[in-house]
Amino acid sequence: MTPPDQAGIVVVGASLAGLRGAEALRRHGYDGRLTIVGDEAYLPYDRPPLSKHVLAGELTADATTLPQSPSLRAEWRLGQAAVALDRAARNLHLADGAVLPYDKLLIATGAQARPWPAGSGGTLSGVFTLRGRDDAARLRVALERRPRRVLIVGGGLIGCEAASCCRDLGVPVTLVDPNATPLARSLGTLIGGVIVECLRAAGVDFRPGTQVLGLEGDAEGRVTRARLRDGSTIEADLVIAALGATRATAWLAGAGLLADSSGLTCDGACRALASDGSADSAVYAAGDVARWPIPLYGGRLVSVEHWGNAVEQAAHAARNMLAAAHDQRPYDHLPAFWSSQFGINIKAVGLSEGADSLAVVHGSRASRRFLAVYGRQGRSIAAVSFDQARWLPAYADAIAAGCPFPPILDATDQIRIETLAPGFPPPRRSDEAHHG
Amino acid sequence: MDLPSDRDPTASLRVVVDLNRCQGYAQCCYAAPGSFALRGHEILFYDPAPPAAHRGEIERAVQACPVRAISLQAVTADRVDTQ
Repeated sequence: MTPPDQAGIVVVGASLAGLRGAEALRRHGYDGRLTIVGDEAYLPYDRPPLSKHVLAGELTADATTLPQSPSLRAEWRLGQAAVALDRAARNLHLADGAVLPYDKLLIATGAQARPWPAGSGGTLSGVFTLRGRDDAARLRVALERRPRRVLIVGGGLIGCEAASCCRDLGVPVTLVDPNATPLARSLGTLIGGVIVECLRAAGVDFRPGTQVLGLEGDAEGRVTRARLRDGSTIEADLVIAALGATRATAWLAGAGLLADSSGLTCDGACRALASDGSADSAVYAAGDVARWPIPLYGGRLVSVEHWGNAVEQAAHAARNMLAAAHDQRPYDHLPAFWSSQFGINIKAVGLSEGADSLAVVHGSRASRRFLAVYGRQGRSIAAVSFDQARWLPAYADAIAAGCPFPPILDATDQIRIETLAPGFPPPRRSDEAHHG
Repeated sequence: MDLPSDRDPTASLRVVVDLNRCQGYAQCCYAAPGSFALRGHEILFYDPAPPAAHRGEIERAVQACPVRAISLQAVTADRVDTQ
């Protein structure tokens, strides 16, 4: 049995990554004390349904609670955010003043939605973000009140899924995005153009290439209107700020780790790096919060905000947490995500950043049913499928193997494979606001 | 697996599907039409907290999935079983 004075392993973040990491610790034979800390009052839940079926009213937010392994035997500290980390003393400080000692720590605090700026109308009622289950439940209640128009700021995955849901509910929607198409940063504007057709066919008022400068409200503090950079205004009584996420690292400010709003930097074995660049062998990270050198893409530092990475990286970190110092295995991963919107199943693998070419290798964009591959300097780096999921694993294997672009020449349904420009927007300037 | 609550007909259920893995073969929709449905060409909708009465057909869906993407957990008051 566990001695009562044993510090054991503490997992910060009662998230998908935190849960899967804790389960992996048990699977790898860890029998000691295991504590899971979460800032929300809920057991770990699944986020993907929130922006789809929970908004649509098909599922309640509490139906998203994740299955747990029967062998978990964890002590839960829910509703208590971690507020500080003292690595010298190996203590974790919680919001209620509790101090949790640890032998090993797994950081899986994830990310938080970037809010609409308070000075530009962010405190008005009727302005929402969509990340946690409380967000989704609140937004669902607001949608049930039949808003006159929903304004969605940002055409990323969340913005597009929310737009699709609102149209299914019959609610008028305006979507504003600074790029020429939605999903421009992840898929490029050539593929994003297919989403534009879906938006327009669904009756979404899509406003590309502009920004929301500010939100205005009535005397009761309810949002009524948005002012755009192009001088136009949009009357809307519900606003969803879908501006992406910042990594939940503020609580690490005094911990002496390489952490900022883009992530907590780790070595290849998922160990957190101290300010001097050395790995802390007692502190690991996984999931959205972790930024690590990804072997498949030349060791570039990335953080991957997707479901599959949370599961795999957490399991990998757990394995290394129990392994000897000379047996720390590097984490390799092929990023992947899915989305469903406008009746289409979108799946993607790889990192498309820096792609210089694109080829549609199955189907056609016109039919909205296709598979496209992204290439960079002659190598296949990513692929996306629209209602063509069954072809994707073959391309995922080719990308993981570093195959030339295009990777498969003799098993496509194209007469000839045409290379196109993917149309990625220029990189963001560091001083550029992410919103609008 | 043959644990006591495996046969407990009142245990509440939790389902999660790895949709990275899912390729839309739709075998779950035939095995457990009350809990899984395909929309459009290949969007899988499933009930993550189905009623206990669906347990038998969901277990068949778990077995029927060609890419093993479905996991099911049965929860009773004091214990949890997974497969």
